[in-house]
Amino acid sequence: MVNNGNKEFVSGIKDSIPIALGYLSVSFGFGIMAVSSGLTLFRAVLISMTCLTSAGQVAGLTVITSGGTLPEMAIAQLIINLRYSLMSISLSQKLDGSFGLKDRLICSFGITDEVFAVASGRSREVTKQYLYGLIIMPYTAWALGTLLGAAAGEILPDMLKAALGIAIYGMFTAIFVPAARKAVGVLAVVLLAAGLSCVIRYVPLFKGVSSGFSIIICTVAAALFGALVFPVKKEEGSGQ
Amino acid sequence: MRFYLLLAVMAVVTYLVRMVPFVAFRKKISSAFVSSFLYYVPYAVLGAMTVPAVFYSTGSALSAAVGFGCCLVPAFMGKSLITVALTASTAALAAEGIMALIK
Repeated sequence: MVNNGNKEFVSGIKDSIPIALGYLSVSFGFGIMAVSSGLTLFRAVLISMTCLTSAGQVAGLTVITSGGTLPEMAIAQLIINLRYSLMSISLSQKLDGSFGLKDRLICSFGITDEVFAVASGRSREVTKQYLYGLIIMPYTAWALGTLLGAAAGEILPDMLKAALGIAIYGMFTAIFVPAARKAVGVLAVVLLAAGLSCVIRYVPLFKGVSSGFSIIICTVAAALFGALVFPVKKEEGSGQ
Repeated sequence: MRFYLLLAVMAVVTYLVRMVPFVAFRKKISSAFVSSFLYYVPYAVLGAMTVPAVFYSTGSALSAAVGFGCCLVPAFMGKSLITVALTASTAALAAEGIMALIK
């Protein structure tokens, strides 16, 4: 039994390597972004260690640096991370009997888009050893990448830092462009969200709308539009 | 102090959003509308956060536009996150360099 548990853990670790490598680079971008917008290295890493969410953290950083309020932060995180609820529900159906309350409390912290995708793509039931194995390296890589990015951001020359500052947007682009290519609904949602975001940014009427709330408004409006005009069939609706 | 309050709210909300359904829910969401909405949320977030913010992410809107424009190509081809990101950075850096030379 112990052996089997070990095997499951190792299998989780193996499956997580591509995720961890990806996180290392995304969080590197976040680290640079965080120190460029005035945060200390310690705070940048602290955010990554307590939150573990790329889009949520970038939005959170925006709220922090633009002098946003606590309710603004709460609503922004709720909306942006709402998809995790769906993933949690979906994944909870795939767990084997070994999961106690403690394991659920710990593992739920590590549910991200990629972890969810890999765990739910598994043909067998998900054991707790497997899930722990799947989460530990991506979590570590996320914190480590932030540390390296923040350190790089503090020492690199401005020109290089500026060039790396665009990296995280490149990563966002790498996520939504292929998805938009496959599904016209995603294309419409991305374009609408981007368009609304520009309207709120440049039209004087919306000058009072903070950047955190802008993300909330654009997200809700564009996702509602998508759900109304391009409803997704059940199978595709599981995030990722 | 304000930072730590905001961080606490951010971390707690993010955790609860994941934890509560994982511990409590056993049923699947049956509403096609709700699951469609949740399906589109990540893409809407990324779209709203990328445009127009990407154009302010480097020294100038011009180099950022070059970087963003260039990275659309590997993104369209379905290349990995790191490839697309490095394309954006390299192109932006090259544009900054050329602009510095012209000046």
